[in-house]
Amino acid sequence: MALAATKNNKSIALKRKGKLKEFWRRYKKNRSAMVGLVLLLFILFCAIFANVIADEDAVTRHNPEIRRQGPSAEHWFGTDIYGRDIYSRVIFGSRISLMIGVFSAALSLLLGGVLGAVAAYFGGWLDDIIMRIMDMLMSIPATLLALTLVAALGSSTTNLVIALALSNLPSFARLTRSSMLTVVDSDYVEAAKAYGARNGHVIFKEVMPNAMGPIIVQTTQSVSNMILTASSLSFLGVGVQAPAPEWGAMLAEAREFMRQFPYMIISPGIFIIITALSFNLVGDGFRDALDPRLKD
Amino acid sequence: MTEATHKDTPLVEVIDLSKYFSIGRKSELHAVDKVSFAIDKGKTLGIVGESGCGKSTLGRTILRLLEPTSGQILFEGEDITKYSKTRMRQLRRTMQIIFQDPYASLNPRKTVADIISQPLIVNNIFDSKDKLAERVAELMEIVGLATRLSDAYPHELDGGRRQRIGVARALALRPKFIVCDEPVSALDVSIQAQILNLLMDLQDDMGLTYMFITHDLSVVKHISDEICVMYLGQIVEKSSSRDLFKNPLHPYTQMLLSAILAPNLSRRKTKKGIVHGEVTSPIDPTPGCRFAPRCDYRMEICTKADPEFREVEPNHYVACYKVEQDLGLDSYISGNQNETGI
Repeated sequence: MALAATKNNKSIALKRKGKLKEFWRRYKKNRSAMVGLVLLLFILFCAIFANVIADEDAVTRHNPEIRRQGPSAEHWFGTDIYGRDIYSRVIFGSRISLMIGVFSAALSLLLGGVLGAVAAYFGGWLDDIIMRIMDMLMSIPATLLALTLVAALGSSTTNLVIALALSNLPSFARLTRSSMLTVVDSDYVEAAKAYGARNGHVIFKEVMPNAMGPIIVQTTQSVSNMILTASSLSFLGVGVQAPAPEWGAMLAEAREFMRQFPYMIISPGIFIIITALSFNLVGDGFRDALDPRLKD
Repeated sequence: MTEATHKDTPLVEVIDLSKYFSIGRKSELHAVDKVSFAIDKGKTLGIVGESGCGKSTLGRTILRLLEPTSGQILFEGEDITKYSKTRMRQLRRTMQIIFQDPYASLNPRKTVADIISQPLIVNNIFDSKDKLAERVAELMEIVGLATRLSDAYPHELDGGRRQRIGVARALALRPKFIVCDEPVSALDVSIQAQILNLLMDLQDDMGLTYMFITHDLSVVKHISDEICVMYLGQIVEKSSSRDLFKNPLHPYTQMLLSAILAPNLSRRKTKKGIVHGEVTSPIDPTPGCRFAPRCDYRMEICTKADPEFREVEPNHYVACYKVEQDLGLDSYISGNQNETGI
């Protein structure tokens, strides 16, 4: 008995420390998730060390003599119609695009997640009220809603983030609600209530871990969606303002010259793709690594 | 309700307990309808009935996992129906539940040790992790789980082991009363016996009181001291386990018992009273015996007024006009004032 207790004691203590380790062990095994992680780290590296690996002045410096030049040793990704260095713009653009994508997705997840969770867990009239408001929001096209909000709030990057987050709110609320509903009625949630767990404990310790799979995937996907929506808003003139090197805005700008100077859209395009892909792959990897039921 | 001869107050007593679910605008589903019984300390009350008769709802209502519509639940003589959330949470330590499906009742993302320790953590029973781990190991030993399984996830274990986890979790807070909601019906027959024996041993060792819900008469015979037979939210017969099997009075009970297949050649020709027809709807039931539409002995009065649940033999309660008639009890024609109940 005493022996069993000490043995078990050890294993429980190990378990507490080992959760992260265990997660990493499972994550490592997933090859596409590792590719996604490497790509994500690459983009993060670009964003964090932008002023080391690129020239900040070159982002906005007009240089008519060298405009519309293809890739060269001096300008790796070529120059745009004003003669600005596309490489510097793309690298510095990663800061803006990542910030917009990550912050708006996070804000959306936070608000939508809480609303959806409350609706699913407490149900009844609260559920009705929250979900009807979400339906109302959903009936307005996301871009139009974001457009209106930015027009009302004034155009700045912060307001853009808020507008994007609000326009995505309904889908997060709905997804959280539906994935929680499947868990809320399960016997183990009832068991937790039966041994006296409080609502907070039940939601965060019992329901959330089992409902979060689809939510993680949705969040990472919406990061890339947000970046794309932000670029279309920039294109409409209400997003990030002109000289700032936002990827979507760069695409929009170069669109007219796509035939003659394809390199102008290729580099920002590739960075958008890498970012979107990396978030999606990492999201899938997280979901799988967090689920102990999947074989390892 | 008249009480049989009890030495002291029963651990759990239920008086006229009802649980209705509202459906749509005006309709109500009478899942549990004016149920009364008492369970003495250290005893087991079996609740038998077919699917959908409200037996699980009854169990959950007694633990106040569902709020009762009306009636009283006395636990150690105190009415707990009016208890506040906080007070109820404290009381939960003394009353626990074991679920039917050991695949659904364990959080798939937690390890065995995590699951068993949750009730202890939530209620702040231990201040040190060592003591907690020790208690978890002790619990695993009590229910017959090897401690090397403490880091396993539920999906890695078989049904019997999973159900042992469920039992350990229910025992963690040292409860006095456990609602066993069909704890063996999802298990193989060989495993069923193991779990039943475990439950009975635990009862002997710890003086536990059980309310044992099942649809399986052979299981309930094995474990119960007293048995209630439920039909559509109401208790139709109640007696000691031995008496019920020897002398079933209610037509429904008789049919249930005759449906048990006996491994006995001489019984091959005995008539099997297969229960025919379908269960009538528990939504807005009309007055009268709820079993009447399926009953072979139906009389005119059966569909007019509710039969009284009365003691027809010592400690043997039945709600049936036919039984009253057969035993020559007087009230079955005249006195039925209790048809008000909706």
